[in-house]
Amino acid sequence: MNRGTIRPKPQAISIDPKVAVNLSVNGETVSAEVSVRMLLSDFLRHELGLTGTHVGCEHGVCGACTVIIDGVAARSCLTFAVQAEGTNVRTIESVADDDGSLHPLQEAFRNCHALQCGYCTPGMIMNILSNLESDMPMDLSEEGIRVMLSGNLCRCTGYQNIVAAVRQAADALASR
Amino acid sequence: MKPPLFEYRAPRSLKDAIALLAGDSGAMVLAGGQSLIPALNMRLASPSRLVDIQHIEGLKGISVQDGRIVVKAMTRHRQLELSEAAHRANPLIREAMAHVAHVPIRNRGTVVGSLCHADAAAEMPMVLLATDGSVVAEGPRGRREIAAEDFFQFHMTTTREPDEIITEARFSVLPAGAGWAFEEFTRRHGDYAIAAVAAIVDRTSGHVSLAACGISSRPVRLRQSEEIIAKGGLVPDVLKAAGEAAKEAVTAPDDMHASTDYRRHLLAGLVRRAVEKAASRTK
Repeated sequence: MNRGTIRPKPQAISIDPKVAVNLSVNGETVSAEVSVRMLLSDFLRHELGLTGTHVGCEHGVCGACTVIIDGVAARSCLTFAVQAEGTNVRTIESVADDDGSLHPLQEAFRNCHALQCGYCTPGMIMNILSNLESDMPMDLSEEGIRVMLSGNLCRCTGYQNIVAAVRQAADALASR
Repeated sequence: MKPPLFEYRAPRSLKDAIALLAGDSGAMVLAGGQSLIPALNMRLASPSRLVDIQHIEGLKGISVQDGRIVVKAMTRHRQLELSEAAHRANPLIREAMAHVAHVPIRNRGTVVGSLCHADAAAEMPMVLLATDGSVVAEGPRGRREIAAEDFFQFHMTTTREPDEIITEARFSVLPAGAGWAFEEFTRRHGDYAIAAVAAIVDRTSGHVSLAACGISSRPVRLRQSEEIIAKGGLVPDVLKAAGEAAKEAVTAPDDMHASTDYRRHLLAGLVRRAVEKAASRTK
């Protein structure tokens, strides 16, 4: 039987064009040289070590990679890092206080048992947070919350408890 | 990294952008990226050059003028959806927009990008068609306006030349007193339409405009159904006949979502429902 011959690893040649990007991530100014084809999700995770942003489907369906870009929720897997030039990006790492105390939304997720494996949770939180912080009034009906969550897939909870957590968080923030 | 290799250019002027497109036959325009980046991530597209138009002056904003809603190339879906001026001028747009993917996608994706991507099941190309809209293309040979009817050719194929940039889309303002409706069927919220219909009914002029998506290789105007209603009026039997006539427009083969027969049946029902709803909103 011919098992083939072991060949030396070919020398890695990178012809990836690189470009400089400057943006703000969680309030800190970041300047980096990145490959032009690097996705913002990979930039956050691999270059900045912000692994709280999760990567699921990488084509915009699951919502796990959702971050806030200039105040609105967006898919970091459908944005090149270079497109984020000059923007203000917020990730899940910015949500809790520095002393570790949770944001009311995170608190509500815990209280309502709105997560099991937790993979979708950072994307859920960033999407909901962008709505809680928006000037537009939120539709807190069952239907309204479900439409808001429709771009975030969760395969554990069945959504019931996530809907409950959104309501609890909205109440908590309204009474502050 | 998932996307294939490409050269990235971010010109500051439209002239430079056109020159960059003309200078590389494998170049593509990057706007919001919500259709292009998934295609790159799955390596369905492999452009040799991406021309990012986000930093070009004058490609942002929405204006309502001379009976048209002008949407510039970098205007995000969500900006058009939330524009009160656009909503007052044609409420069909906001109604249809709620069905375009999800808010986080609409926050980044552009209206003109969706028109250029020209997915046969996408909502905005159908709305452009239903409102007798057009797009403006600018290229090395100058500027031209292309009617929606002439723009959409086939799945992901338009009459835009590879070295042209669509700088704006022009949706028509709803005629005074006319009714509108958008009816769609999908299995999950935010999915592409299995079938969808946009209707505009103007009792004053007797004009009815009907367009559908998800049923063919491009969005289609349902001319035959329009004529049946224009002749017979807004009565149940006529609407039923208009729905039946619409079935002929279905050319999509059986796929994982629905069979051709199912789509034909669905379209007939959606046409009837959309016209009824639009008629009930006329003044």
